Amino acid sequence: MSKVLLELIDVQKTYGTGENEVHALRGASLQVKAGELVAIMGASGSGKSTLLTIAGGLEVPTTGDVRVLDSSLPTLKPTQLATLRRQTIGYVFQDFNLIPSLTVIENVALPLELDGMKVRKARKAALDALVSMEIGELANRFPDEISGGQRQRVAIARSFVGPRQVLLADEPTGALDSKTSEAVIRALRKRIDAGIAGVLVTHDAKLAAWADRILVIRDGQIVEEISNNITPEQFGA
Amino acid sequence: MSVRASILAVLTMGECHGYQLRQEIESRTGGSWQINIGQIYSTLERLERDGLVESAGSNEQGQTRYRATATGSVEAQLWLTSAIEASPEARNELAMKLALAVTIPGCDVEKLVHAQRVQTMRTLQVLTATKRDVDQNDPAELPWLLVADLNIFNCEAELRWLEHIEGTLARSAARGLNPNQTLSQPAKRGRPTKTN
Repeated sequence: MSKVLLELIDVQKTYGTGENEVHALRGASLQVKAGELVAIMGASGSGKSTLLTIAGGLEVPTTGDVRVLDSSLPTLKPTQLATLRRQTIGYVFQDFNLIPSLTVIENVALPLELDGMKVRKARKAALDALVSMEIGELANRFPDEISGGQRQRVAIARSFVGPRQVLLADEPTGALDSKTSEAVIRALRKRIDAGIAGVLVTHDAKLAAWADRILVIRDGQIVEEISNNITPEQFGA
Repeated sequence: MSVRASILAVLTMGECHGYQLRQEIESRTGGSWQINIGQIYSTLERLERDGLVESAGSNEQGQTRYRATATGSVEAQLWLTSAIEASPEARNELAMKLALAVTIPGCDVEKLVHAQRVQTMRTLQVLTATKRDVDQNDPAELPWLLVADLNIFNCEAELRWLEHIEGTLARSAARGLNPNQTLSQPAKRGRPTKTN
């Protein structure tokens, strides 16, 4: 039985007050185990991105609990939360968020170096991450010297470099063509299979289909779960 | 789907007997197209009659081997290099079912659309999971991968269509637009009533 690495328990998030009050999440619960990829699908404004930012400790829930490994995020002090985020949680965004003045390997090693790891050791870990994404040869290039698909693979390598165990991705292939998207999701899936817990927010059904479970969110609530625990014969595939 | 053209295409590579043609077409389409052996033989007869294939004698088991004639090879090349006309598939079962459902009182069309979305999403998951396990570097898997990708893209297109029509149905309902749900008067034309 794989360990639960990320858990949201009855999370509510409200923005504004009085007439301007908006309920972005209305009691969302979720568990993600090691080696499991969960996709969150929903229309714009359904709360899927809010759920991801709360899961990653970038926002605090109004009520409810968020547990990453064995820590309850809302109870952590800001410095503890920052450390946990840096060491445990990796993010992948649609627009890559690479630093243009740093080389590929420097971008990937940066979170480790910020965390006090010696430069040589951090670069070694960064190179390992790049090699696992099959882009080790790009280590010394700058972001503007590589393609969009390669940049996103760099961003994924950065998201799981070092000891991180939770990977959160928000429309990671939104800016990529179909062929490149598949290479990127295949690489991301490979990392998840190696024992990381992943949450993927997307409106792209083809991408969500790579997940073990697909949760549909509507008006801030998870209203449905679609799982692939079925045999292909059941659908004549 | 052109059995005739597929047989010709395989025969441009060399002589084959009927059963072998069936196996070749099946393996070259990722196992997704299984043709009745009777259909293969009847198509071969028509192709021979039209001068597109000819007999190349029998093998030890007495099976007739066929090869493409020059005309047959040209036709195969034409087929392989030309686009097919977009298939309207106007009688797609799902489209017809939904079109009927909106006109029949008591049908919960929203529920039907939702059930279909879940079903199609699951099919997409299964196809993707199977594709995940395939060795991308194995050339023997290429035909299957091409067909699997078509099915994956078809599922995606269906999901986008279902999402779109959910919106269309909601807008129609909000505006109070309901298709005529009553039976129309029987036409006066038609077979007269039997009288004894």
